[in-house]
Amino acid sequence: MIDLRELYQDIILDHGRHPRNFRMIEHPTHTAKGHNPLCGDRVTVYLTMDGDRINDVAFQGRGCAISTAAASLMTEVLKGKTEEQARELFAHFHARVTGGAETLLSEPLAEEMERLEPLTGVKAYPARVKCATLSWHALEAALKGNGATVKTE
Amino acid sequence: MTTASAPAIECGSERLPGGFDPRRLRRQFPIFDNNPDLVFLDSGASAQKPALVIDRVADYYRTDYANVHRGVYRLSARSTELFEEARAKVQRFLNAADPREIVFVRGATEAINLVAQSWGWAFLKPGDEVVISELEHHSNIVPWQLLRDRLGIRLVVTPIDATGGLDLAAFAAKLSSRTRLVAITHIANATGSLVPVETVVELSHRAGARVLIDGCQAAPRLAVDVQALGCDFYTFSGHKTYGPTGIGVLWGRYDVLAAMPPWQGGGDMIVNVTFEKTDFQDPPHRFEAGTPDISGAIGLAAALDFIEELGRENILEHEEALTGYGVDQLSRIPGLQLLGAGQRRLGILSFDLEGVHPHDLATVLDQHHVAVRAGHHCAQPLLDKLGVGATTRASLGVYNDERDIDALVDAIEAAREMFR
Repeated sequence: MIDLRELYQDIILDHGRHPRNFRMIEHPTHTAKGHNPLCGDRVTVYLTMDGDRINDVAFQGRGCAISTAAASLMTEVLKGKTEEQARELFAHFHARVTGGAETLLSEPLAEEMERLEPLTGVKAYPARVKCATLSWHALEAALKGNGATVKTE
Repeated sequence: MTTASAPAIECGSERLPGGFDPRRLRRQFPIFDNNPDLVFLDSGASAQKPALVIDRVADYYRTDYANVHRGVYRLSARSTELFEEARAKVQRFLNAADPREIVFVRGATEAINLVAQSWGWAFLKPGDEVVISELEHHSNIVPWQLLRDRLGIRLVVTPIDATGGLDLAAFAAKLSSRTRLVAITHIANATGSLVPVETVVELSHRAGARVLIDGCQAAPRLAVDVQALGCDFYTFSGHKTYGPTGIGVLWGRYDVLAAMPPWQGGGDMIVNVTFEKTDFQDPPHRFEAGTPDISGAIGLAAALDFIEELGRENILEHEEALTGYGVDQLSRIPGLQLLGAGQRRLGILSFDLEGVHPHDLATVLDQHHVAVRAGHHCAQPLLDKLGVGATTRASLGVYNDERDIDALVDAIEAAREMFR
């Protein structure tokens, strides 16, 4: 039996119960919604950009412990990052949770990636990978600025 | 039923009067041999298959397989005979008046689409109304929405009451001379609510409307008698009835089917074809274009034999008792809220657990080998109405017993502990 605590590490349970940056930003420069039609989870990601730097990032929505914790941790690591760094982190994170080819991260990002490491337990649970990536997909859509709701299906 | 093909069912339980012992019955389902720890509580999504169904399909391919309705050779004639025997088996299972009233389709979803596209296109005009209920799952919603958008008919949704059952008074008030069809579930897929379909049929017919009943969850649990029900269409899926996937049934009263145009064109559904014009077969073949799922139909017939051998009254008694036990046990869990199912709930227990998302819960349950459905159960509008985004659903089969419910309860307690 795979140990469930690999998936539900304390940090995940903590962020699932008490998500950080769980709020609306009144006047975001970028925002997008994410929707997982399989489970009905919904997330809205808000960004305030200063040039290409993320000044503030927050989210709202309803979801499982994994998707809530993933969104919460995402907002924590993204603050102060550039748009390019955000994309780089997502590409790396995506590869880590899906088992894809991993990209090399520059030093400051490698540190942030370590903070996302507890989420990579979803790799052993294919049905749950989308829970961990939903908010990141919404972030990507927000940065693209097309305003559409991204779906995981 | 032919005694030669009758399955050897191990009965002899003292636990249920006139019933059977699910633990011994399990031995007839190879999935449990290969997954000995499995606590399978997802039969509402798809039931497991008894060995005799699996073997019947394999035997057919080994000994009697050829295409149907076209070969002159004896093997094809034998295959055709088995296929048509399967149709007659379904006829008896539903107590239909005539085997020609049984149309083989891929599943209940296809059956409903068939009625929408054939009967709907032929007989509905802009402004006509089709009534569905809030209990429906997507397969009895979306085909009518497609028809509405193409034909300009109105789709009327009749509500549930505060207990989660169909509101009959509200339903009666929705009916009018504009109502042409009432399409309604027999047992709600998401909550297990049993709909009083006899009353629905009576009220609908009085208004001059035809009635389609979606029997997906009812066919494996209830003795269905379409003549006694008096409906116009009845449909169910083979795979939820211990049969193979890819096969399902549309029953339609013969006069109703005979007035309907084809919905798909191809071989097998024609009498004569020229490049100018085609004459179509009578029902049921008019609605079965192309090579059908022959092995599926034969496997389904074996599954229906299995059900009848167990006794549909026994299955009902078993599932009612186990549903009751499940309600009792689950209700004791703090923070657990069962979705309301009205006056009578059968075979399905859908619930919300405070503070634990259904997907997290299902992952923990899976770790305890308990297989349940988590999500919207293809009934998003109903869950929206009940104010939940997703739920966890345990659904029962003939192989389940109290130990499975106990395992579910223990696993839920473990999840509560983890997410406390």
